[in-house]
Amino acid sequence: MKKTGSQILCECLINEGVDVMFGILGGVIIPFYDTLPQYPQLKHILVAHEQGGAHAAEGYARATGKVGVCIATSGPGATNLVTGIADAYMDSVPLVAITGQVTRPLIGKDAFQEIDITGITLPITKHNYLVTDTASLAKIVKEAFFLARTGRPGPVLIDIPKDVLTSLTEFVYPDRISLPGYKPTVQGHPSQINKAARLINESNKPLIIAGRGAIISQAYDELKQLAEVAQIPVITTLLGISSFPESHILSYGWLGMHGMAYANLAVEECDLVIAIGMRFDDRVTGKISGFAPNAKIIHIDIDPAEIGKNVRVDVPIVGDIKPVLQSLNKDIDRVDHIEWISRMDTLRKEHPSINIRDTESIIPQYVIRQIYEITKGDSIVVTGVGQHQMWTAQHFWFDKPNSLITSGGLGTMGYGLPAAMGAKVAFPEETVWCIDGDGSFQMNIQELGTIARENIAVKIAIMNNGFLGMVRQWQELFYEKRYVATPLRCPDFVKVADAYNIPGITVKNKIDVIPSIKKAMETEGPFLLNFIVEPEENVYPMVPAGAALSEVLEEPLKKVRCK
Amino acid sequence: MLTSKHTLVAMVTDKPGVLNRAASLFRRRGFNIDSITVGHSELPHVSRMTIVVVGSSAMVEQVRKQLEKLVDVIKVADVTGEGTIIRELALIKVKAVSTTRSEIMQIVDIFRAKIVDVAADSLTIEATGDEDKLSSLYNMLRGFGIKELARTGCVAMVRGGAKSAAIDKESLKDIQ
Ligand SMILES: Cc1ncc(C[n+]2csc(CCOP(=O)(O)OP(=O)(O)O)c2C)c(N)n1
Repeated sequence: MKKTGSQILCECLINEGVDVMFGILGGVIIPFYDTLPQYPQLKHILVAHEQGGAHAAEGYARATGKVGVCIATSGPGATNLVTGIADAYMDSVPLVAITGQVTRPLIGKDAFQEIDITGITLPITKHNYLVTDTASLAKIVKEAFFLARTGRPGPVLIDIPKDVLTSLTEFVYPDRISLPGYKPTVQGHPSQINKAARLINESNKPLIIAGRGAIISQAYDELKQLAEVAQIPVITTLLGISSFPESHILSYGWLGMHGMAYANLAVEECDLVIAIGMRFDDRVTGKISGFAPNAKIIHIDIDPAEIGKNVRVDVPIVGDIKPVLQSLNKDIDRVDHIEWISRMDTLRKEHPSINIRDTESIIPQYVIRQIYEITKGDSIVVTGVGQHQMWTAQHFWFDKPNSLITSGGLGTMGYGLPAAMGAKVAFPEETVWCIDGDGSFQMNIQELGTIARENIAVKIAIMNNGFLGMVRQWQELFYEKRYVATPLRCPDFVKVADAYNIPGITVKNKIDVIPSIKKAMETEGPFLLNFIVEPEENVYPMVPAGAALSEVLEEPLKKVRCK
Repeated sequence: MLTSKHTLVAMVTDKPGVLNRAASLFRRRGFNIDSITVGHSELPHVSRMTIVVVGSSAMVEQVRKQLEKLVDVIKVADVTGEGTIIRELALIKVKAVSTTRSEIMQIVDIFRAKIVDVAADSLTIEATGDEDKLSSLYNMLRGFGIKELARTGCVAMVRGGAKSAAIDKESLKDIQ
């Protein structure tokens, strides 16, 4: 039977298991929206801004591991997606972005709202497509979803001219995919796994660094088994948080610029790094020449291009984390590393890193800790970008697998609210907290409208310090306190929420922190808490940009050196 | 770090934009490319790209891996080495007057090049060879005055039975 491009697109989306899409329509993509009523199983959530749609799709994708879908019209609709696509690219988030394009005869003529979105997104997508005929649409959609979710996940964009959506063609759903240039390696090479096992069995001070790859691969049990059998301390990257329970006796926090000092110092002391699904980002390694100077490195990653990109690697293993660890675990000796573990405990005792000061005023660390206590950690936590993000990663204890959703690679302010919305749509029964900064929150504040209309019960906690706090901290520490363009004058967020019919409370006194969090939890639907916090609180520990991990600053200008 | 010249051969599906994808990758990752050429291969719907890049072996390995990550790239081989034939074509328009013409023709002969056009004040020479040969020819002719130079960039092939750049035809049977 002949079908229109729009109908074919809908049928393909259903075949791919899509149940919700986030988007905004416009001239060239009306034909697609016009067919949506024929396919009631495809839920569409109208967002307020395409960036919000892209981040919502990311939040959905990161919470579920499924492909998130966002939709935009041509021109400005498509360009508004760019930040979200870039974010998904940096953090390996499976995303399919569908954009409308002007009709084929108009392409290249600078037509109204024509933009070369495949050109623009070339370096920030895993792959992208401009669909040039309706007959190839089904094949392209199938490929796009396959590419987005397999191997190292990432965003794929499909740009569809309006007349491709309206033309009729015989609909044949392709039964298989042929991509000769795309064959991700899943199983690790046995001899490499052997070498890795030997290194692990021989090492005295091994250290696991787990990244988001372990979460994507859902290798929670395998990671735990490796750590427990060989008694290996586990630290994670920021994006690896919640790949391993943080209250586990072998968990030693996370490393990097604002990671725990003891985690950073452990990297200096260890004799073997087992890097699992992480990519040695500069925020993680600090000065590269000072990274793990005494250690051999085993690097397991599904993306061969990540291996040897930033650090020298002794044993590379290309493959999916879960099966690789399953094979590796078979060859691991049961040992206890008592000395090394007790050294780790000493490091932690000497460099506590995340103690919370007793203050009269409200500090964000305290608020975040209380949200943790009250939720008992049973929540998906989504953040913006800045100090509050780091404090969340430090002071909330993530035991639940895949429970922190944060923008790591791109560091996108404005990520929190829409991503939280996407996560909540994915898991309506779960508690979802959005812990945001007053600056970040305002970058996609418009999605309050979506949250209100769809009654998406996200609990929002704004750490309102009246500054673009993280930048202010850099100005304080490295630019002699010249606070150029960092003070904010925010609107009354509770009034803003109220305008959307979302209840909220401004919290100015410490004694009100706990009751207000409880109130937010007890109230059905979305709720906003506006915490007026200490304006010039700083995030510590801190490894200054360009310094080695061992040069971590623990308190203002007190340098701690290892040994 | 030790840098040297590497020649990579990439087999790619001949989809629109594939050259753009490769070029964009080199630019964005700061890889310095000496030359890049693309044309048909022995397989329908598969093009062959030859990329000459100068860098350390670690950097060239990154170029290779990043290229292989592109979905339209089927296979990349580093064919640098003794057993590889590398050829480039050049057209050189050189100033020639009656007093210099025969001297130029002698040089052309020595380099087994060809004169493809003769005008009152110039000769146009066609030459093929590896990069060194073309560069020395160019240097020999420079004294006469070069009016125009066009070089194609290199193509490469491994000698004899070796097939380092070839790909399994079975895996390609569904490409359209
Ligand atoms: C879109 C975007 N613009 C600019 C930045 C640079 N930046 C990083 S953190 C930060 C301040 C964040 O302020 P806020 O959201 O209030 O959080 P705080 O640091 O105060 O907790 C800025 C401007 C960024 N990361 N993203």
